Amino acid sequence: MPKLPLTPSQTVGPYFSMKLKPVDVLAGADVPGRKVRVEGRVLDGDGNPVEDALIEIWQANAAGRYRHPGDTRAELPLHDAFTGHGRVHSDFKTGEYAFTTVKPGRVPDPAGGLQAPHLSLIVTARGVLLHMHTRMYFGDEPEANADDFVLRRVPAERRSTLIAEVVPNGETPTYRFDVRLQGDGETVFFDL
Amino acid sequence: MADAAKVGDHPPFLYGDYRSTIKRSPKKDLVAIVRTLSEATGPGPAWAEINEDDADLTTNAGTGGEALGSRTIVTGRVLDERGDPVAGTLVEIWQANAAGRYVHWREVEFPAPLDPNFLGVGQCVTGEDGSYRFLTIRPGPYPWGNHPNAWRPAHIHFSLLGPTLATRLVTQMYFPGDPLLELDPIFNSAPVHSRHRMISRYDHGLTTERWALGYVFDVVLPGG
Repeated sequence: MPKLPLTPSQTVGPYFSMKLKPVDVLAGADVPGRKVRVEGRVLDGDGNPVEDALIEIWQANAAGRYRHPGDTRAELPLHDAFTGHGRVHSDFKTGEYAFTTVKPGRVPDPAGGLQAPHLSLIVTARGVLLHMHTRMYFGDEPEANADDFVLRRVPAERRSTLIAEVVPNGETPTYRFDVRLQGDGETVFFDL
Repeated sequence: MADAAKVGDHPPFLYGDYRSTIKRSPKKDLVAIVRTLSEATGPGPAWAEINEDDADLTTNAGTGGEALGSRTIVTGRVLDERGDPVAGTLVEIWQANAAGRYVHWREVEFPAPLDPNFLGVGQCVTGEDGSYRFLTIRPGPYPWGNHPNAWRPAHIHFSLLGPTLATRLVTQMYFPGDPLLELDPIFNSAPVHSRHRMISRYDHGLTTERWALGYVFDVVLPGG
């Protein structure tokens, strides 16, 4: 059967924040798991901060289960207070974004193994005509990352663009993840 | 080329007439991946709790007053590539008011009036038949800084969160017969063969006597 033609994508524009509000605390105090903070910047081809970027986050919970009918592993727990979805805006002056969540557990891959812990991210902005899919992996998971189903399919010299650095600081474990839309160290974006 | 993989029906990342794409467009190839559970799930279904009032932009400012402008019904169906309805899709919209002014702190250069009874935001979730429906006012065109005397055609921004990550779509809905369409680099960034799909259709059967004009905008999501 012929496929229906798609509705084309358009830019989210400069005013998306009037509707697509930030959800930058994905996990409150009562959500089980290791709390983490993720921070970074979105950068353009000149290395300048993108002051009006939208990042959407999708992740499994600490037990490695997605809150979604497609994840049928009922033996793993869900938590009412955790959807696994977040939205953050980059700061208008600095381009910095940040959110707090729990570190996701490992989820299955299609080859029968387990993926490394990761966040799925959708990045868009004024000037971006089609949103971009990427992933954030955790810099303190070198073994899991080396064996990851998706990461292994990324050209070796570009994998580091998907791995967040551990930031030494006091309380909440913190990871730094810059998204480079263009140029040196351009972040890997996926065709799903 | 980064754009080759996705061209099809969508705009390229780089479309020079829309200047902001020049430094914000990836240049490397997209990396094709086999979808895993991470891509076969997504946040859409977690958003079931929507207030019905959210779909009426003419009154949802909550002031007790009604928005000024040409009252407009915008409805349609969200479908997948097989033509099947996509139920449970979160549809979020935002738009300028009838004078072309957005309720946003960055909008400072266009001296058009704000309407205290209009926020310009709405949301709803598609039903079992994939349908959604908003009541709003027709947005006005407004100027922007892309090139001399640049004006955006009247449009409504649409964000759709379907059943999986792969079905995500952000687009804009336009109105038929708008003379600004052919001058607009954002509209024209979409390929010639697909850009007309972003233009809603006037439907006189939907138009309600002594009440509102009706426009139909069906959306086909990727990733099915």
